[in-house]
Amino acid sequence: MAVSSENIIIVKDLVKKFGSFVANDHLTFEVRKGEIFGFLGANGAGKTTAIKILCGLWYPTSGELNVAGYNIYTQREKVKQNIGYMSQKFSLYDDLTVFENIRFYGGIYGLRKKEISERSKSLMERLDLSAARDKLIRDIPLGWKQKLAFSVAMLHNPKIVFLDEPTGGVDPITRRQFWNLIYEAAHGGTTVFVTTHYMDESEYCDRVSIMVDGRIAALDTPEKLKFQFNASTMDDVFIQLARGK
Amino acid sequence: MDPVAVSVKNLTLRYKTTLAIDDISFEVAGGELFGFIGPDGAGKTSLFRILTTLLVPTQGACQVEGLDVVKDYRQIRNICGYMPGKFSLYQDLTVEENLSFFATIFGTTIAENYDLIKDIYAQIEPFKKRKAGKLSGGMKQKLALSCALIHKPQILFLDEPTTGVDAVSRREFWEMLKRLRDGGITILVSTPYMDEAEKCDRVALMQAGKIMKINTPAEIIKDYPHALLSVRAGDVYPLMKELMKYPGTHRADTFGQSVHLSFKKGEIQPAELQKHLSTKGHTNVEIEEITASIEDCFMDLMTIN
Repeated sequence: MAVSSENIIIVKDLVKKFGSFVANDHLTFEVRKGEIFGFLGANGAGKTTAIKILCGLWYPTSGELNVAGYNIYTQREKVKQNIGYMSQKFSLYDDLTVFENIRFYGGIYGLRKKEISERSKSLMERLDLSAARDKLIRDIPLGWKQKLAFSVAMLHNPKIVFLDEPTGGVDPITRRQFWNLIYEAAHGGTTVFVTTHYMDESEYCDRVSIMVDGRIAALDTPEKLKFQFNASTMDDVFIQLARGK
Repeated sequence: MDPVAVSVKNLTLRYKTTLAIDDISFEVAGGELFGFIGPDGAGKTSLFRILTTLLVPTQGACQVEGLDVVKDYRQIRNICGYMPGKFSLYQDLTVEENLSFFATIFGTTIAENYDLIKDIYAQIEPFKKRKAGKLSGGMKQKLALSCALIHKPQILFLDEPTTGVDAVSRREFWEMLKRLRDGGITILVSTPYMDEAEKCDRVALMQAGKIMKINTPAEIIKDYPHALLSVRAGDVYPLMKELMKYPGTHRADTFGQSVHLSFKKGEIQPAELQKHLSTKGHTNVEIEEITASIEDCFMDLMTIN
């Protein structure tokens, strides 16, 4: 389908140490263009560290990394221009309106005035938010904020979007609507790199990696992982890996 | 059944223009493990803050162990333990200092009630000299529970103790709660995770300040009004879109790699559906009759309310 054979993220022997503590212990993996890649692991397994490095926020201790076609050591600004990021906390400004948030992020990503007004208009139409254009973020429902935060992270048409626990705390219907957006983005060719604590969501991913104690303990399609661990759900796969360390 | 531990009648809470809690009533019996299941904005935190006497209701009567939450707030504070949703221990104190601080304000000592917390605290005791801010998520959660228990409360209020916690730690946490409940403590716990409902004796399903349903998980599932099929066929999204258009469909929701299809009994025949999906080009179609999960029930109630 939309997943191509081209690798958009290449990680070889990524090591990140904090003093004597090894947060990422020789991670090696590739993510394909247009793939929904689930990045799972227990609290403290080293996921956040790896994501910060992939986004060009931290340098690794060692290892070869290429993100969106750019070298993570020498072309960090290029990396940042070609990725989007949405955190759990949504990172929208509560005291700015819907439109002001879009304009602000458009400006940060270096879009021209004309591009910002065009894209924000089509974005608000697509999300059914046109009527809420001048409402403050703090006054709109959580489900809207979440969709807006995702779309803002996609405003500059990034090649990869990183989603860090994007569905925490939302109701089950909104959670599914959000995964619809993710699915559409991936089918449009954007690579989606996502973390979640909802194990049923990991089954919506093309492939899933599970980190345990700084290492990748398993990486495959959800189907194959369930087969490999003789488990009926991804929850069982996860528990076996995280408990059996 | 034991006497009533918590009684709430026609409770309403209004913040300026928002109705956070909209006329809810329920009772929790002594010794129950009672769950409030719902997303952010359902009113779970506001409810807990009222019952722990930290917020005054706009309207309605609430009693905890027969005491009024407004008039008798001092007595209530002595008999309840509260674990707020935000980690609220002192990050710059050590594990042991935090615990001993909470013991001291309630006029007790760690030694006096050690038996009660032993199971939980023993797991973090090796790190007792570590600052609370330096603990992992699972360890913070265990310390917060120990602090909420150290004065031997009759009743525990745990506000989203498992949010943002990984699947393994979540499972362990629920095992700890069951042991506490078996020891006789009444526990009120809130969670946004639908699958945790089945770990409770009874649950209230909440949405937008209202209680949509209260019962045992088994009874809630029994009340699910539709027939339900689990359908699988390769790629889940095209399948879901196809099923939404299928005549007779009430809801079609993704659950991992399968789609739960709900409909009025008799309106959809699995064999016909199988044939239809094959003609539409779906391969490896598997259809199975299933019982509803709490999440199916919750979504159905959301669409009614």
